This record gives sequence, structure tokens and C-alpha cells, in this order.
Amino acid sequence: MDIDTTYQAPSVDEIKTLLTEKFAGKVNVTKIETRRVYATLPKEFVHEVCEYIHEKLTFEHISTVIGVDMVDYMQVVYQISNYYTGVMVELTADLDNHDLHVQSISDIWVGGNWHERETYELFGIIFDGHPKLERLLTPDTYEFYPFRKSYKLRGQE
Amino acid sequence: MVYSSILNWVQFPDVMSNMYYPFNVYNLPYDISYKLWELLGGTIAWLINLLVPGNPVSTWLVCDEVVNMFALIIFMIVIFLVVFIGTLISLWEERKVLGRLMDRRGTMIGMKGFLQCVADGFKTFMKENTMPKKVDKMTYMWTLALVIGTSVLIACMIPLSQRWFVVDYNTGLLIIMALFALAPFFILVSGWGQNNKYSLIGGMRAAELMISYEVPMLIMIATTALMAGSFNIGDIVNAQFDSTWYFIPQIVGFITFFFCATAESERPPFDIAEAETELVEGWQTEYAGMKWGLIMLADYFRGYVACAMVTIMYLGGWLLPWDPLQINTYLPEITFLIKTWFVFFMMIILRGAIARVRPDQILNIGWKVFMPLSVINLAIVLMLKIGGVY
Amino acid sequence: MMAKDVLDIKAESAQMDTDKMWIIMGPQHPFSHGLWTLKIQVDGEIVKDAEPIVGYLHRGWEKEAEARPYPKIIPMADRLCYAASMTYTHLFCMTVEKALDIDIPEKAKYIRIVADEICRIQSHLMWLAAVGTDLGNLTLFLWGMREREFFMDLNVRLCGARMTTNYTRIGGVRNDTTELFDRDVMRCVERFEKVLWDLIALVDDSSIFVSRMKGVGNLTREQTVNLGITGPAMRGAGVDFDIRRDDPYDNYDKIDFDVPVMTQGDSYSRYQVRIEEMFQSCKIIRQAVKKINALGKNAPYRLKVPSNVPAGRSTARLEDPRGESLMYLISDGTDKPYRLKVRSPIFTNVSAAKPLVQGSRIADVPVIMAMIDMCLGETDR
Repeated sequence: MDIDTTYQAPSVDEIKTLLTEKFAGKVNVTKIETRRVYATLPKEFVHEVCEYIHEKLTFEHISTVIGVDMVDYMQVVYQISNYYTGVMVELTADLDNHDLHVQSISDIWVGGNWHERETYELFGIIFDGHPKLERLLTPDTYEFYPFRKSYKLRGQE
Repeated sequence: MVYSSILNWVQFPDVMSNMYYPFNVYNLPYDISYKLWELLGGTIAWLINLLVPGNPVSTWLVCDEVVNMFALIIFMIVIFLVVFIGTLISLWEERKVLGRLMDRRGTMIGMKGFLQCVADGFKTFMKENTMPKKVDKMTYMWTLALVIGTSVLIACMIPLSQRWFVVDYNTGLLIIMALFALAPFFILVSGWGQNNKYSLIGGMRAAELMISYEVPMLIMIATTALMAGSFNIGDIVNAQFDSTWYFIPQIVGFITFFFCATAESERPPFDIAEAETELVEGWQTEYAGMKWGLIMLADYFRGYVACAMVTIMYLGGWLLPWDPLQINTYLPEITFLIKTWFVFFMMIILRGAIARVRPDQILNIGWKVFMPLSVINLAIVLMLKIGGVY
Repeated sequence: MMAKDVLDIKAESAQMDTDKMWIIMGPQHPFSHGLWTLKIQVDGEIVKDAEPIVGYLHRGWEKEAEARPYPKIIPMADRLCYAASMTYTHLFCMTVEKALDIDIPEKAKYIRIVADEICRIQSHLMWLAAVGTDLGNLTLFLWGMREREFFMDLNVRLCGARMTTNYTRIGGVRNDTTELFDRDVMRCVERFEKVLWDLIALVDDSSIFVSRMKGVGNLTREQTVNLGITGPAMRGAGVDFDIRRDDPYDNYDKIDFDVPVMTQGDSYSRYQVRIEEMFQSCKIIRQAVKKINALGKNAPYRLKVPSNVPAGRSTARLEDPRGESLMYLISDGTDKPYRLKVRSPIFTNVSAAKPLVQGSRIADVPVIMAMIDMCLGETDR
């Protein structure tokens, strides 16, 4: 399959083939289900892969940007969906605890803007290039990141 | 003089035979107040006379000049009470009819809900009289007093029939319109004087709305006066009794005047000045408690005046053309009030069914639709007049 | 121009511009349905800039969910969007069932569809009532609420509660449909389909309503999609996508219904999409009730599930009355979730407030935001 043409409604198998061809060695497609593709990738290529998915595979809608605190490392999960087939692609990127920086994708999809802000204020993951990385849901005076596992609720101690 | 019973004081002479009678024709409320004072003053005079026989105070209380003076005071109270109760009834009518439109019952307590309105007014008047610190005190108080004062003034000046009037003047309709049109200026100054961004915007909006709707109203008043031959309200009503009610030849004018009157009374759908969902009460933001209650009441007074003008100019005033029960001679006031409440009923239905109009759309409608319509109305009336039909 | 030079609101800039001023609508404002603030910068009558501020209702839902076993999270999910509570519990149960990898009984699926669609109609009626108040017409408000009462009565029939129903369970639903429930539902739906024409007539036949909604809050298809707006607001701009049809869950693929799509992209088309969705919901309810009757009285409606969920990740998404809602669950073999993330549609829709209201007048702002149909519980979580 040609990696440079634009596909409007690619099927799950086509997506797997295209991603493994174009980003060989970087993207690892772990699982395929009906209308779902799961992949992992290192954090440096997040922006590039997202751009490809947005332009060439016409995935026009970013559903969420999720932050996860696995105590030894952190993860950012992107879920991107296609309006022509209903397929959803899930990209997972691992972040080292000492270097919580990822390039922001809010220039590709403006809808991801507030999702990244929320992930920043709750986990402390910094998105480079985000236009306004400030606290959104919690008060401005908070100095900690509430959703990290190091912050315990009363019922969890 | 020896007075053996109270009936010597309470004689009920003919009111018009008193040489200090202030009016030219028979005036019913003055007659009522004259007789009330005869009763009241006569009783007081007789009582004092019982204690101190032959004292000058008693004779002073019931002599000709003094009876007129006290009768005038009671006359003012009688006129104001009747207008006040009429407005309260239109307020009650609004709550019930609007409730039924919305599939609910409206107020239910106290004489089918009428006393609820009285109780609400009473509650508002009992609230604390606060004044915010930042407002300009002179404008704050004076503009409010002027808005309310002019509204009540014109409400009292509308004659309910041939014999129920305050002043019988030859330019009646024009004076009512002139006083009615003073309110937007006071609202503008009031909104400015409250030193509040919201009130400023609200005041400006109210002023621009009212000013642009007064032009068609004036044209239509002139048209009616042209058709009837004078500005005198009694003459207009009598002219409609002789020919037809004026809403038939002036159907365009009737509809336009009705909408202009709704806009002038700041009723929905034209109530941008008080649009709660946008600007939290507009120019009335800083008025609380008793002052706000008086503003609400003044709104209903103006609504009453607008409906009364519609009745006078288009619906035949206080006379019915077909009169088997002789109502025209015995109870013309009730006819007038019922017609006014009917026009108000139409305004209520308008309120319940239609959304609020945007400010720029209101100005569009006022200048581009209603003014040409009023000019068309004038042209129709001119043709009818020249053709000799009216 | 002021009698005294005093500002009573905070301005973004240090000095006051005489031609532009910031108006803060909220948090205590009669038009905002819920607790949020919209700051708009106006120049005369036109809005130049807007900034929404949310977060007054943030309860830390996701973190609290990490401390509770799975069945205890279901009442919490009810309170995510209190106006449309069935859909969020449904979503949560679907996510956990995916993690457990079980298939729930057919009857439970159809009952969930009926409950979802009742919730959708009831939520849209509340939206219609709110539109009435925003446009200054209280008759529409009271008529909408009156119709909504009938659907809340259906909720009471089904599970005993009007709003926060707490009805779906992991593995099915809490109880079977009650006696004569299908008769009540059909009566309600048949009456509603006639009465909805009255409510529509109040709005559509009046040119004042229509002229206040047409041409206001325009967005093109590309803008809508890029901003992440989902739901009826997106279908009003020409995007033909509905999760119930294109990514079906829970037997929606066995039910035949249409998805209304309008291409104008202004507030009026969003309004039309929601009205048409209410009619389609009635159609769905009819078919689902027939299928429930066909399954019979003794069909199972709930499976017993283990309390420990095997380790793994699962996602489920659902067509909420307001848009696309999604839950992402990371389970670690215990009976409590490791990470549970909720995506609410209004969160993204509100973030697009600036492109929506830019260029319109102040009087249009309540109308535009009413068409987005805010519910603050799910925005702030």
C-alpha cells in the first residue's frame, strides 16, 4: 500500500500495514480488534505519527488525551477516531519520571487543547508548544498534582 | 342655631348648585367625594356641637368653601384608588392568564388570587431601604421619583367616562402622549447615575427603544385626531359613537399602535431593557426593595395607560353602539375598564407566545416596518376624510 | 463618562479601554445552566474575545473511583451528569464488562436501550425548556418541563428514582421491567409524538424565535471537527457520524433508525437535529419494547460477575445526549480500578466557546451557549 496517498476510510488491517511500513521500528502495533487499533511508540515520534494519522489517514477527531501514573514511569495515551469508519486508534507513549515532556498535538487538533491542560494539571506532564498550559479544573493555588499515585486520598492510606 | 339631629348637617344638596363647584359639567367622583365629606365633616361638626353648642368650628366645617376644599382632597384619593385597583386587577389578570397559557393556575390565594398581588406589594414595601455606596445620590433618587410620578400622573388623568375626569381639556390625548414620552429620558439618566456597567447598557437600550417607537405612535395619534376632528377625548369617543369604532377603517393603525404600545410599556417581547438572562435586570439593577416594587407598579400603570389609549382611539371609549340595557347612561366606566382589560389580555397572550426580540431587530422593526405602516394609515384616513365617508 | 471613576468588575487589562470592555457572565448568572463563567470582551455590541472558566464543580471523580470497588462506582457515575444519568452508568458498566470479557444477556441489552432513549428524550426536553428561558419565553419552559415529567414517571416505574437512577449493573440491569411497563412506555411515547408538534409549532411558526437562532454561531464542518465538538452540535454542521450507528454497542445494530444531519452549521440546525433526534428515539423505543416482549418474561437480565477484574485495559464509548462520552479503564486484577478516565462531551464543546461566540452580539451569546446544552457535572467531574 502506498504510504503517501490519503485514505479517507481505511480499514483496520490497512492502518496496521501503513503504520508499520511508514514508521518501521518506531511504532509497534500491538493488537487489532474490530474498529480498534492499539499501538505503542516512543515519545519523540508522537507528533510525527499524529500528523500522519491526521492528514493521510483522515482521522479528524481526537477523543482524549489520557495521563497514567504507573509508579516507575508515566504514560500518555492518545485516542483518535475516524468519522468515516468509526475506527479508533490508541497510541501509548511512555515517559521517564525525570523527563516529563511531550510535544503537544494541539496544533494538529485544536480539540486536544483542554485535554492536555487537564493532564498537565493533574499529573504534571508538560506539553511543549501548548499555547496556554495553566490549571483548569483545580484552583490556581494548588502546587501538587492530585492524580499521581504519590498523592493519597484519605481512604487509600 | 339649634340642631336636634345629625340630619340637619347632612343635607346632600345638589353638588352643582355650590357656587365654588370647580368643573363645567357634572363630575361623578367629585360628587361622591362631596357627599363623603358632607357625611364625614357633618358628623364631626355635629359631635363637636354636642360638646360645645354653637361653636364656630362646626359651622366652618360645613360651609360652602370649606366643603369644596375637603371634597377636592378626597377627590384625589378617590381617583387614585380607582386607578390603583384597576391596575391591580390588570396585574392579577396577567398572572392568571399567563398561568393558564403555561398550563398552570396562577395565583390562587385570597379571592381567587387577587389578594396575592396586594400581599406581594405589601411585602416589597416592607423591605429595607438600602442605597448602594457608589451611586450618584441625586440622580438615583430623583429620576426614580420622576419615572414613577409621571406614570401615576397620566394614569390618573385618563377619563373613564363623560362624567369621570380630572380635567376636561381640549388637547387631552396630546398631553397624555407627551407625559408618557418623558419616561425614557429619566430611565437613561437613572441608568447612568447608578455607576454600573450593566445599568448603563440597560438604560441606553431602553431609551433608544422607546424613542424609536414614539414616532409611529405620534403619527397615529394625529391620524385619530384628524378623523375625529379634535384632540379632546370626549369628542373622539362621541365621534366613534356616531360612526363606527375606529379600528375598522384604521385596521392597520390599530395593529401598529397595539405593538408600539406594547413596546413603550416595556413588556415582553420588547423588554430588552430588563432582559434578565443577559444583563441581570438592566437599568433597575441597583434598585432594591421598595424602590423596585414601585418601578414594577409604574410599569403596570404604563401598561394600563397604553391599553386605555388603545381603547379610546380605536375601540370606542366608554360607549357601546348597541345598548339594550342602557349601560351607556348608567355604567360607562365599567365598559371602559372592561375594554381596557380586554386589550391587556391580548398583550398577555402576546407575552406568553413569543420570544424576546434582539435589540437591533427591535430598532429595525420600529423604523422600517411600523413607521411606513403608520404613514400608510394616515394616507388611508386622508382619503376617507376627503371622500367624505367620515 | 461615569459620574465616579469606579470599576466594579476585574478587567483583564490594567487600564480601562473606553471602546472594549470585559463582561463577566457568571458564575452566578441567570442564563448559565450550571456553575461556570464566560468572560466576553465586547466592542460596542459585538463580541471580540471570549474565555470560558470551568472547574467550580471539580470533585476529583477519577481519583475517588480508584479507591472504591467497582459496584460502588455506579452511583458515582450517576452523578457525573445528573440530567442524563442512565447513559453514564451504562458506559461504566460497558467498560467493565469489556475488561471482564463477558457478554450480557439479550434482554438486558434491550432494556438498556430503552432506558438510554428515555434518558435522551428527557435530557433533550430539559434542553428545550432552557432554550425557552434564554429566549425570554417562559411558556416553552413550562411545557417542556411538563412533558419531561411523564418520562421521569417512566423512570420511577422502572427503577424507583426520577433522576439519579442507579439502574444498570455490571452484567446486566438491576431488575426486570415491571408489570405493564411496556404498556406505559407505549402510551407515553404515543402521546409524546403528538404533543411534540405543539412545542415545535411554538418555536418554528414564530419568526422571532427562528430569526434569533438562524445565522447565529456559525461553524463550518472543518472547524467543528477540528475543535472536537461532538454530538448534535456536530451533526448540525454536516458531520454524518453517530456512535450508535457507526460504532454500535449493545444491540443498536439490530435496531433500525435514522440519524438526522443538517448542513447549515448555525444554532437553528443544532436545534433541528435535537428535535429530530427525539422523534427517532421514540422509534427506537418502540422497536426495543417489541423485542423485549418477544423475549418473554423469564429471560435472564443479569449475570453474576466476579468482583476481581483481570488486569488489562479497556475502552468503551457511547452516544450521550450531548455528544461522545468515553471511559478508559486500567484494571490490575484487584477489585478496585487502577485508573478510570472519563471523557465528557461538554468539556470539549465548552472549550470551543471562543470561536462560537466571536463576532456575534451580546444578545446572541445566551442563545449560542444554550445550543451547546451545558451540564456542569460532567464537565468538571
